[in-house]
Amino acid sequence: MYNFEFKQPTTISDAVNLLKSDEAQALGGGQTLIPTMKQRLASPSTLVSLTAISEMKGICKNDDGSISIGGGTTHAEVASHADIFAGLKTLAENIGDAAVRNRGTIGGSLANNDPAACYPAVALSTGATIVTNSREISADDFFQGMFDTALEEGEIIISVRFPVPTSSSYQKFVQPASRFAMVGVFLSKFADETKVAVTGASEGGVFRWSEAEAALNENFSADSINNLSVDQNDMISDIHASKEYRAHLVKIMTQRAIKGAS
Amino acid sequence: MPKDSGIGAAIKRREDARFLLGSGRYSDDITLLNQTHAIFVRSEVANGEINSIDTSEAEAMPGVLAVFTGEDFVDVGGNPAGWLINSRNGDPMKEPKRPVLAHGKVRHVGDAYAAVIAETEQQARDAAEKINADIKELPAVIDMASALSGKNFVHDEIGTNQCYDWGWIEDNREATDKAIKNAHHVTTLELVNNRLVPNAMEPRCSIADYNPANDDYTLYTTSQNPHLTRLLISAFVLGIPENKLTVVSPDVGGGFGSKIYHYGEEALVLAAAKRIKRPVRWTATRSESFMSDAHGRDHVTKIELALDKDNNFLAFRTETMANVGAYLSNFSTVTPTILHGTLMAGNYAVPNVYVNVKTVFTNTAPVDAYRGAGRPEATYSLERVIDKAATELGVDPIKLRRQNFIKPDQFPYVTAAGLNYDVGDYDAIMDRLEHHADLKGFAQRRKKSEAAGKLRGLGINSYIEACGIAPSNLIGTLGARVGLYDAATIRVNATGNISVMVGAHSHGQGHETAFPQIVADMLGVDPDNVEIVHGDTSKIPFGMGTYGSRSLAVCGSAIVRGVEKIISKGKKIAAHMMETTDDKVDFEEGVFSVKGTNKTVSFGDVALKAYIPHDFPIEDIEPGLEETAFYDPQNFTYPAGAYACEVEVDPDTGQVTIESFAAADDFGNIINPMIVEGQVHGGLAQGIGQALLEGCTYNEDGQLISASYMDYTMPRAADLPSFIVDHTVQTPSTDNPLGVKGCGEAGAIGSPPTVVNAVVDALRSANHNVTHIDMPLTPERVWAAMNN
Ligand SMILES: Cc1cc2nc3c(=O)[nH]c(=O)nc-3n(C[C@H](O)[C@H](O)[C@H](O)COP(=O)(O)OP(=O)(O)OC[C@H]3O[C@@H](n4cnc5c(N)ncnc54)[C@H](O)[C@@H]3O)c2cc1C
Repeated sequence: MYNFEFKQPTTISDAVNLLKSDEAQALGGGQTLIPTMKQRLASPSTLVSLTAISEMKGICKNDDGSISIGGGTTHAEVASHADIFAGLKTLAENIGDAAVRNRGTIGGSLANNDPAACYPAVALSTGATIVTNSREISADDFFQGMFDTALEEGEIIISVRFPVPTSSSYQKFVQPASRFAMVGVFLSKFADETKVAVTGASEGGVFRWSEAEAALNENFSADSINNLSVDQNDMISDIHASKEYRAHLVKIMTQRAIKGAS
Repeated sequence: MPKDSGIGAAIKRREDARFLLGSGRYSDDITLLNQTHAIFVRSEVANGEINSIDTSEAEAMPGVLAVFTGEDFVDVGGNPAGWLINSRNGDPMKEPKRPVLAHGKVRHVGDAYAAVIAETEQQARDAAEKINADIKELPAVIDMASALSGKNFVHDEIGTNQCYDWGWIEDNREATDKAIKNAHHVTTLELVNNRLVPNAMEPRCSIADYNPANDDYTLYTTSQNPHLTRLLISAFVLGIPENKLTVVSPDVGGGFGSKIYHYGEEALVLAAAKRIKRPVRWTATRSESFMSDAHGRDHVTKIELALDKDNNFLAFRTETMANVGAYLSNFSTVTPTILHGTLMAGNYAVPNVYVNVKTVFTNTAPVDAYRGAGRPEATYSLERVIDKAATELGVDPIKLRRQNFIKPDQFPYVTAAGLNYDVGDYDAIMDRLEHHADLKGFAQRRKKSEAAGKLRGLGINSYIEACGIAPSNLIGTLGARVGLYDAATIRVNATGNISVMVGAHSHGQGHETAFPQIVADMLGVDPDNVEIVHGDTSKIPFGMGTYGSRSLAVCGSAIVRGVEKIISKGKKIAAHMMETTDDKVDFEEGVFSVKGTNKTVSFGDVALKAYIPHDFPIEDIEPGLEETAFYDPQNFTYPAGAYACEVEVDPDTGQVTIESFAAADDFGNIINPMIVEGQVHGGLAQGIGQALLEGCTYNEDGQLISASYMDYTMPRAADLPSFIVDHTVQTPSTDNPLGVKGCGEAGAIGSPPTVVNAVVDALRSANHNVTHIDMPLTPERVWAAMNN
């Protein structure tokens, strides 16, 4: 690790101001950023911790029935909160281990947009809105490829607003070493439509499997996607899984999510 | 009746109190006044020519005290291989020099070519980044077959990538070939024994302290055998006289073989401490452990099993390529040969065995002994090909094994692979296994799994290993450059308690608990009054350390011999005290008595007398009560066992889960059954890890792509079932005074083929025509096997 300055503002505006300085970087739970710094692969001159900003923490139900989760809320809090819908609860419960869940935050996870991370799948599948210090971004516009998002330099995620599906399911096939998603499928069933988001699988990062969505909107059953498959060429290939195997798992995990949400 | 003290008692491990409370003292916990920090600069390429290394910028960095490169060590020796193996044609093996720091060429990712010493670790790290090395990357030698046929050499000076081409036993070759040619049935299997990273919980750490006043050194280091480390440094690498070097290995957090060996980092900190006249310390990062600890296994094998028309085994024949990596680590030449080929008869009365091993240099980290060392490789080949034969012949795999077992009345039995098994009862072990595994209920359990959409498989194996390493006279004829005895000094203190200084090193084995049980049992004292001292060459006699399940069989036997000497001297003193002669003195349960009388003196009184010899006949009895014994075994010991595993396979994903695992072992006599159980559990976890999860992977450029826990899968508790462990079959070793055999490696040896046999069985139950899947059995590999 290289030396750095550490700041811990208590308001969003202070944080945003501090982040204007050169090579300053936001620090959430540090579960991604700190290991990267330890390996000397990142070297911010100032770390602006978001953990003391109370406006960015907690979970509440909005009047329209949606749920807002503060950007600095930990995975453990999400997993244990009474208002959280089934799929999201499962998702948060199965991130990393207890230590990771007690530190890692939803804002950090979404901002990082690791292609194997879990939160991007629920955000995309429910059509969540990412609320930053300066604007609101729909999930469909937010994720822009592996480790790439619509966030501008210095922009921070204040909260995330999730429409609540009538039923939902998250099916994660873990990469055996890291326990991140080798393929994770989040399915959200709303009154008028079903959305399927896939993480872990694609070289383009999290994506919506629109053919499956169309088929499910016709007929919500596991069999309705029997003849569908994702394009293998878009899949990630590494020592844990080939493109072919990942494409296969996308279908299997989607079928399990359909059953899970039925 | 279970005992509550002495031999056979399941006493809780006394060392666990300090480990669990965080008060252990590991090398990295040691802080020395004025200490400095070393950081190594390691190759990022697998093969490269060092054109130049410019250290000037690094030397000018704040806090930097010294910078070393390979140039600094051209005049000192290399780290040697401990065992000379000759090729079939009589040529000696190729032994390229292994320098302290790479010189001329870097030969694997992680090969250290420079080191920086600075006031703080941060400063050393900052300066290390300023070392400007001009290294020309060369094509890497990775695949063993191409290494053997190609002209790109890891070591240009030897003109080949083959270390040796070994045949065992060469005189049996023709007969084996003939038996296979004329056999009724031959089963052939090609398999890979996957490369593993040992992953001891504690990374390597070395701290050197040079004392200019006496020109002597202390090295604190994570070693399984401090005396051997000292010997290697003194006699081969730096030439520091042995009497000027103390090696201390305090608490060590796991070794599994990887900490047997001397590593260049130890020599570097010693040389640096002398140059700057201050202590120098280094602790590996986890990334360095992945890149530079000696790895394990990495064999590619073809095995053939020949049978007659009645399913009797006629011959085993194997051809193996074994990876040694870029340099010969200390035990790397013996592991794929003597520790592997000699076990290739397994538990079977097979008349012909021939083993061929070509050991190959590649641009990868050195490969050496890892829990089981050669024996897991032998067992895996045998037990996989036997299972395949059973399938081909349509016979029950247990029946096929039982039919070919060496029978109890055949012992001692000299196998076709040249070992002399002293005792055993493999059918009795299999009986215990069948009892625990509830084979009758399997069909029912399979139906239940199938109803839940899963495939269920049952895998069986039987294994044997050679432990108690090793009889010096025998291994001397096989190329060993050391003897493999061990030693113990028993010091009975004046107040009657006992310090036992041992050559074996405890880094998870529980010696501090088990060894006192032996002494306490023999002397009739409370085990709490017996203390074990290990891991410091200035305190302990010259012993060879801990590996190869040898500590109890060899060092434990040295303790027995030492205590026998104490008793015999005690009898002399007691005889003097009771005014008789020592042949008239008995010793039992801590009391010396004169035969046929009611005269007695206690052990404590004798101890006190030994140190207050006011009225001693000094010409006949020396004062003091301290004895040293060296013990050199006559033979290996031969633990054996039979394992059963049931798995479920998800046919949609290929995911394997282990539903049950039973292990029946014969470890001979048992000193502490609880420690034995723990050792078996640990071994099983590692073996299951190898079978399902762990795979060290280099790409074709020689980059280590499984270089962290993000990509290298360690077994976790949730991956394992509750183990059933049975060691009620006990045929005591006839060779050592304790009748013990060794249990540290068994689980890692017996479990991989058991798991793979079970998975193959599961797939066949769904009519998949699968005969073999290479480890680790990742979901993708199993899925691919089902879908061709
Ligand atoms: C062992 C381990 C296992 C894991 N397993 C999983 C898993 O199974 N599934 C999974 O999804 N994740 C997993 N993770 C990742 C974990 O969820 C992290 O918490 C997450 O990726 C990053 O969140 P963080 O709060 O720790 O962010 P940090 O590490 O602090 O920051 C990550 C990045 O986000 C930026 N950032 C942080 N907060 C904000 C914000 N509010 N607004 C804008 N930018 C911000 C930082 O500047 C940085 O670039 C695992 C991590 C570990 C160490």
